[in-house]
Amino acid sequence: MHFSDARLHPLWDKVRAGERLSREDGLTLFATDDLLGVGRMADWAKSEREGDRVYFVINRHVTPTNVCVLSCSFCGFARKPGQAGSYEHTIEDMVAMVREETREVHIVGGHHPDWPFEYYERMIEAIHAAHPEVQIKAFTAAEVDYWWRRFKIEPKEALIRLKAAGLQSMPGGGAEIFSPRLARLLKYTGKADPDRWCEIHGIAHGLGIPTNATMLYGHVETPAERVEHLLRLREQQDASGGFLTFVPLTYQEAATRLVPRRTPPADSLRTIAVSRLLLDNFPHVEAYWVVLGEATASIALHFGADDVNGTLEDERIQHLSGAQTPAGLAREQLFRMIRDAGKVPVERDALYNVVQVYN
Amino acid sequence: MLDRIRDKAFNGKRLEREEGRYLLAEAPLLEVGALANQVRFARYPEKMVTFVIDTNPNYTNVCVTDCQFCAFYRKPGDKEAWTLTVDEVLAKIESAVAKGATTVLLQGGHNPALPLDYYLSLVTETRRRFPRVTPHFFTASEIQTMASVAHLSVEDVLDRLWEAGQRTIPGGGAEVLSTRVRSRIEPKKGGPEAWLSVHRAAHRRGFKSTATMMYGHVEQVDDLLDHFDAIRALQDERGGFTAFVPWSFKPGHTLLEKWIKHYRGPNAYLRMLAVSRLYLDNFPHIQASWFSEGKDAGQVALNFGADDWGGTLFEENVHKAADYVNTISVDEIVTLIREAGFTPAQRTTEYEILQRY
Repeated sequence: MHFSDARLHPLWDKVRAGERLSREDGLTLFATDDLLGVGRMADWAKSEREGDRVYFVINRHVTPTNVCVLSCSFCGFARKPGQAGSYEHTIEDMVAMVREETREVHIVGGHHPDWPFEYYERMIEAIHAAHPEVQIKAFTAAEVDYWWRRFKIEPKEALIRLKAAGLQSMPGGGAEIFSPRLARLLKYTGKADPDRWCEIHGIAHGLGIPTNATMLYGHVETPAERVEHLLRLREQQDASGGFLTFVPLTYQEAATRLVPRRTPPADSLRTIAVSRLLLDNFPHVEAYWVVLGEATASIALHFGADDVNGTLEDERIQHLSGAQTPAGLAREQLFRMIRDAGKVPVERDALYNVVQVYN
Repeated sequence: MLDRIRDKAFNGKRLEREEGRYLLAEAPLLEVGALANQVRFARYPEKMVTFVIDTNPNYTNVCVTDCQFCAFYRKPGDKEAWTLTVDEVLAKIESAVAKGATTVLLQGGHNPALPLDYYLSLVTETRRRFPRVTPHFFTASEIQTMASVAHLSVEDVLDRLWEAGQRTIPGGGAEVLSTRVRSRIEPKKGGPEAWLSVHRAAHRRGFKSTATMMYGHVEQVDDLLDHFDAIRALQDERGGFTAFVPWSFKPGHTLLEKWIKHYRGPNAYLRMLAVSRLYLDNFPHIQASWFSEGKDAGQVALNFGADDWGGTLFEENVHKAADYVNTISVDEIVTLIREAGFTPAQRTTEYEILQRY
């Protein structure tokens, strides 16, 4: 491989030899002008694992409530109890939101001040009873940690009970950026800190609950903070091994304005590529089309991503924060996004079992 | 193959058709992009991207050519048909000038009711009233229409336009310069030679022009190669092309929509730009744009060999007729180019730098 930045040659030697990249390597990948050089290495790493396959899932999001006791600066979704625009779904509402053709339901909501843990347990039970074929991916580590803070329910107990109720996997939200500086600056100190977030994912992995991991980027974090975040996830994956997918989340600037504009697409492509290269023990890296936009998500399939998320019949959180993408992209549109990149769409379930290959 | 192409590209050797075919059909996208970008920076080492403040009004939507990819035209006598007077066109130009436009890309349907004097007046009046504006008027097929209505040769019409003060010609109407494609989607517009002969004559007269390509409909890789070969050969004659400008066909409300539902996406666009930078070795500029595939893909395209970002397009009606709408301001262009890591520079129609930001 030829690079316009000679600093990439030793990194490429490592990548090809299957050697792990270091913190300094990660910083070089974020600093270099050779964006396509970074992308080509990531594309190679992705192709080694998955060839031309790109995954998607028929899914929908259910967001039980936007009422939240936290006040994270980056969030345009949360409302205080009784505030205009706040809502609380009943369990019946949520059961009705899930349709039979949905394969995965993704459930994440605010940290509600009053709902007891049993409400969440019954929610999972009811959805599972009504739709036994639908796989339930629910609750971030931040929510699990909140049940401990609020009700003194140990994460292990919570996860055992939720698994018994029908929970199959956990999403990767609530990680934000693993940085004490940013937690203070962006007022998310009330949320599971990096050690706690990783501890809860480790507990889930130990119980046979696979999870995802995220990183909220494109606001006021530094490249070094991104690299630290990725390395912390890599370390946790070495320890517990249950992460399926890494999902970089582009900060949506419209509602909360931490920065005047969304980070440019080249930065998102680079972040996806660097993630693929640093997270050598993560099976999948996602180009989440809702936060990236369709064009960038499609291009990202050449920068190391092997997943575009799914059809998403409802996506409240990102949309209230101002994501521009039309909600509810049909399967045909996902096909176009994948095929325009010259890749093969593969429908998967929540656990990455292949449902159908669309050649 | 990639090594051979890299070797040629860096040693100034011309790519052959089979190499072009490999780049268009098989080569990994980022490999093509990285190569194109290196060639671009070898040619223009500065991290600068140019743009023009311009507008694309139309003087008529009346057209007798019935192209299957066009949602803009109406047949003569249609109740939605319209033709502007010279004064109405000038009013549009005036409002664009007030916003800083230096280029007016004026084009319209093939309206046999319009005499040559109408077109000549548009040029002379624009020159007289707006001396800082370059009248970038009339594509090849419009010039042929003028010639046939006036019973003159294309050369004569070009002489008259030159005398009226016109110096550049837009490259629209090329679509894909392949006999097979043009007879399929625009049978009344003539084969590739129809477009090429006007540009050949224009370059001979001293005009500068651009070469465009509208891809993403019925063409095959060989048709694209025909197009590249034809404009590269013409450029060898007199070097009259300033830039190559590709965009994807937008099917909304066109006859072709029956078979082609969606426009090709961003990856096809990035590949087209990168391949053109490598294959069209005698073209000074490769124009990407925020317009054709959207601002995100447009920003990324600046890493795939393009050195120009097109214009502001204060007014645009042809894509709009296909339900494809995208708008931008000068401030936003400057911001987006900067954000992509380049110095924005405003240029003229003929690519002279007016100001760096």
